[in-house]
Amino acid sequence: MKNDVLLEVDDLKKHFKVNQGWIASLMQSVSGGEPEYVHAVDGVSFNLHAGETLGLAGESGCGKTTTGMSLVKLHEPTAGDIVYNDKELSKATDAELKEFRQNAQMIFQDPFESLNPRMTVYDIVAEPLRIHDIRNETARVQRALEFAELLPAEQYFDQYPHELSGGQRQRIAIARALVLDPDFIVADEPVSMLDVSLRAGVLSLLDRMTDEFGLSVVYISHDLSLLRHMCDRLAIMYMGKIVEKGPTDQIIENPQHPYTQALINAVPVPDPDVGRERVELQGEVGDVIDIPTGCRFKARCPEYIGDVCDKVVPPLEQKVNAEQDIACHIYESAEGYDPYEQLADERQERNVDASDTSDDTESVSADD
Amino acid sequence: MAQEEQTGRSIFTDLDDSSSSKEISKWQRTARLWRETLRDHWGKLTDELSVKLSLITVAAFVLIAIFAPFIATHPPLQRQYQSDAGIIMDKWAEPAILGADTGYILGTTAEGFDIFSQLVYGTRAALMVGLIAAVFTAGIGTLVGLIAGYYGGKVDDALMRLVDFLYGMPLLPTVIVLVAVLGPNLWNIIFALIVLQWRSTARVIRSQALSLRERPFVKAAEVAGAGDWHIISRHLAPNVLPMTFLYGSFGIAWAILAEAGVSFIGLGDPNTVSWGTMLQASRAYSALEFGAWWWFVPPGICIGLLVISGFLIGRGYEEITNPKLQ
Repeated sequence: MKNDVLLEVDDLKKHFKVNQGWIASLMQSVSGGEPEYVHAVDGVSFNLHAGETLGLAGESGCGKTTTGMSLVKLHEPTAGDIVYNDKELSKATDAELKEFRQNAQMIFQDPFESLNPRMTVYDIVAEPLRIHDIRNETARVQRALEFAELLPAEQYFDQYPHELSGGQRQRIAIARALVLDPDFIVADEPVSMLDVSLRAGVLSLLDRMTDEFGLSVVYISHDLSLLRHMCDRLAIMYMGKIVEKGPTDQIIENPQHPYTQALINAVPVPDPDVGRERVELQGEVGDVIDIPTGCRFKARCPEYIGDVCDKVVPPLEQKVNAEQDIACHIYESAEGYDPYEQLADERQERNVDASDTSDDTESVSADD
Repeated sequence: MAQEEQTGRSIFTDLDDSSSSKEISKWQRTARLWRETLRDHWGKLTDELSVKLSLITVAAFVLIAIFAPFIATHPPLQRQYQSDAGIIMDKWAEPAILGADTGYILGTTAEGFDIFSQLVYGTRAALMVGLIAAVFTAGIGTLVGLIAGYYGGKVDDALMRLVDFLYGMPLLPTVIVLVAVLGPNLWNIIFALIVLQWRSTARVIRSQALSLRERPFVKAAEVAGAGDWHIISRHLAPNVLPMTFLYGSFGIAWAILAEAGVSFIGLGDPNTVSWGTMLQASRAYSALEFGAWWWFVPPGICIGLLVISGFLIGRGYEEITNPKLQ
């Protein structure tokens, strides 16, 4: 394993306040209620190594895009931190932040929206260079466009985004991300808005980009076959938490977490003779405002094993006989963590609370 | 994997010390792109007959305003009769275009002013009020709207409550009060109009900025490290500029109408001639009663023509900015 960690994400949390309007919030402050939060990302930790491609997968609303945006500092994290170059970004000075900005870029999902309609291709690609005051603008822009296989580059200089196809636009977005020569790029569903016929071309460009620049890429996608093709490592997210993390092949071939199993089962196999046991998920993603206790997946989990799932939050940890990290109680921890112990502790605590007459708000709510 | 060695490698490494001889001249390029955009807009704008006629009308008025001293036959505020000697008495002279042999194209007023010359000089006042008020209302409105929309939160609240407050004030009565307090003067009328008129531009531009700042291309600029001012000036402003022009062109018409209205009530500048003061004088001397329609009809037509032209140009521009209307 490589140990040159480029980016360390440490228990990252991003909560969004639910906007209720000023009358509701006034009432709330009078009645002493607490504002509600959407727990978009709720304690995500991972390391991104230099030259590595990491995939973030999960269904809509699981927080993968929010995680990606936090990685490039589009969101200020609620808690936790991102460590880049041994510097915690929350404590970074302006100069350090500027350097980070130069080394962190993002490719957006929708190439029709991510390019300013009133700027020419040249200005779009040159803009990061102007912001960071980098010389040799023309040569760099040309190089970036040529790398993105927009040839001849000069021909594209004066064109506006609306004159180009979706694939060309996404190539321009890639050229813009590359022109600063960054250390890592977050690619948020880079091909999901493109015609299927154009995807292969853009994907091979992204592949080449990772190889030739030696940069790290975080791919965000719900498309597991794409991630399998592109990524060295995978992290599966569910309701703002990583449920399984490990080498791509390991996770795809041998998924352990019930959610990952369901996710991989949902990928169609282009062979009518392949019969397989389908694990179909029931219900919808849980409430991200009022987070359920214990495991977040418990309500949809086919392997629900009772109280321990209901009360104890499963940590993401190394399990016995598995190469990947899994956050599930059905596997035995390799780190010596015993969820039942905690369950017992909690029960005890609850009993103490029940006998205690004080109405401590910190206590586990005994609603049954 | 062997990627450790590759880290730091890039397709740009050989570029760093090469000279910048191939650099594209930024100003030349910007000028060329602006020219192309303007030509494109101009072509679309003049595509429609009504817009073409409106542009010709406005151009004619502009020419009249510029060359007013050469076109006017008499000084506009010089009485065309000579005191007690009674040699020329040209009060209520009939217009020459109706065949009267008075030498005054549109006759004279009850005060003895030449109506044609007043009309010509009135163009100056109308265009000045219209253009200055429009430029400032559109400019202030756009700036406030962009700042409120981009920063949001408390800045937005403060600015938009100010706009709400201004919306609570009726246009004409407030202008009348302001002009009455500040003094009847063309500049005070313009000032009062600007103070009240930027509100609508600000609101519309703010709503545009609110949606623009969430667009991915703004996020992309943020990721690249762009500052607030960079984003406002390079990404938001160019995208709301058509809206600004649109409100500017409507603003011209509104300002001219409001100035005429204020002058008609009698709060116009007594030392300048405007179409509004002409109408006011004709009312004061009961021109309608005496059947002297040549006193009040020409300024009315001029106001109508200029205002309609302004609106039609605005409409034409709206079609460029909003393709759904095409």
